[in-house]
Amino acid sequence: MRAFQILIDGFAISALYALGATGFTLIFGVSGVLNLSHGAIMVAAAVAAWAAASVLNVGTYAGALIGVGVALLTAFLTYFAVVKPIQDSRRIPNEEKEIFVLTGTLLWGIMIQELIAYFFTNNAKTVLPIVEGVVEILGVRTPKNEIFTAIVCCLVIALLWLLVNRTRTGKAVLAASMNPRGVTLLGLELTNIYIVVWGIYGILAGIAGVLLGMFLGVSSYSVGPLTASAFSIVVLGGLGSVSGSLIAAFVVGYLETLTAYLVSPAYRTIPALLLLVFVMYIRPQGLLGRR
Amino acid sequence: MASFFTSRLFFVSLALVIIAATLPLYVSGYVLGLLTVAFYFGVFAMAWDLLFGFAGEVNFGPTFLIGVGAYTAGILNAQFGWSVYLCIVLGALASVIAGLVLALPALRVRGPYFGLTTLVAVLMLQNFIVVFADLTGGEIGLTIPDVITINAGANYWIALGFMTISAAILYGLSQSPVGLVLQASGQDPVQAGALGFNIVKHKLAAFIVSAFFSGLSGALLVFYFGTASVGTVVDVAVGVNVIVSAVLGGRRTVLGAALGAIFLIVAGEFLRPTGELATFIVSAVALLVVLFFPGGFLGAALSREARS
Repeated sequence: MRAFQILIDGFAISALYALGATGFTLIFGVSGVLNLSHGAIMVAAAVAAWAAASVLNVGTYAGALIGVGVALLTAFLTYFAVVKPIQDSRRIPNEEKEIFVLTGTLLWGIMIQELIAYFFTNNAKTVLPIVEGVVEILGVRTPKNEIFTAIVCCLVIALLWLLVNRTRTGKAVLAASMNPRGVTLLGLELTNIYIVVWGIYGILAGIAGVLLGMFLGVSSYSVGPLTASAFSIVVLGGLGSVSGSLIAAFVVGYLETLTAYLVSPAYRTIPALLLLVFVMYIRPQGLLGRR
Repeated sequence: MASFFTSRLFFVSLALVIIAATLPLYVSGYVLGLLTVAFYFGVFAMAWDLLFGFAGEVNFGPTFLIGVGAYTAGILNAQFGWSVYLCIVLGALASVIAGLVLALPALRVRGPYFGLTTLVAVLMLQNFIVVFADLTGGEIGLTIPDVITINAGANYWIALGFMTISAAILYGLSQSPVGLVLQASGQDPVQAGALGFNIVKHKLAAFIVSAFFSGLSGALLVFYFGTASVGTVVDVAVGVNVIVSAVLGGRRTVLGAALGAIFLIVAGEFLRPTGELATFIVSAVALLVVLFFPGGFLGAALSREARS
């Protein structure tokens, strides 16, 4: 009974983590950018969906769409206002650009977080779920919303896989992550590929954010922990490796759920952090990372 | 090194320190209190810059070192009643040991991986403090019975003196041959290693020095505040402020980091009337500096001087 409960809850959480981390690792793989405003973009999506559905009364579907749209806009804004200027800057030496991108996106994330707190307060917000009600699976009372979350996450990840492996644009993205210079020699504009990747990222982060808002609720305080969890999942799986991130998301999700159910919710994040330190020590490139 | 004593930077810093030292004679205790905190923060930022600007390692967890120093000193004083000065020394030592424990595995990895390891260290420390609430005071914080002194002027002078001495040592170190090796190994570790320098040893030394000053400053700050809490010395947000200070003031300048910290704290106070938007404005200004003056305040000033 409890084992099934852990199995079901852990799956939903893990799927959500996987979706959040996929976009993050995709951007790193293709353009070498670690976007520390990730959590802020997810929260912005959830808060926008909440505001549209609960304050403007546009309905849950339209609210969710607006949330994803806001995330998409914020992702493009992050790229054009923060990341691209740093990448193009002549005053920053190339070997320090990575560090500047980290600092820049961190500050940008704080700005988004503070704006959300200013206009929508720090209170936790729960987005109205698209599906309501409870069903019983294997003797566990499970909210339908939880099942919906898991299904949407898996569908979106499958779609992403199709997009990357089966379409022309996707193959260009894949090629750029392997060898950016080779792609430009083939006559593809690297900037266009980056724009596509940031677009995909925005949509993924938006869906993850809105689902998180429906499932657990968010507040402007969630920004830091969300970024940190995406960052650690991605590093655990190996930076830039999408399949590694998926595995790592399930490892972290189940480890957290197990700890929360069997030990105490207060210790929830500790085993995952310990595991991360351990993996970094014996395998610094992560589970499936390339070096 | 000798040229430093005749450079404009030296005279400007000397003049600033002298002016700062006379402040208690004519400004209010409120301003002194603000600057005291700013000076301790300045040491955090300078210690961070030694690691980042010179050794080229992004330490996302400056508050791990600060927090260990601060909490060790605080716990020894509050729970065991040891004397203030002994606690401060032991706090700094604990921070050095924590720095070693963190550095040995962390230096095996580079770039973002190093950053994450240090970030995880902060999160673990934070969890640890909350879990062992009996010892550490948990989320509420630890009240510390003793203080160094309650005189605002004396506290201010201690902080100023401490920052000046730290600045002199850290700046001297950064300009010394050791600092140059560090800078070389930060920019191109392979080539620096090929020249016969032991990179790991140098980076470890930088880590220890950085940990020592962070821990010492953290311990002093605790005895100034009379309390140690996660929100003031451990939280990731505090670490972000340290990083922003160093980048604002100018990375790889050491002294700029202190200027950045003082600017950040004083600006935060001036922006208090804007309420919740204060952090937003400070972050926005910092982002603009990062985008348009990547060298920071002091970096921009120094490069102008070098050109003319």
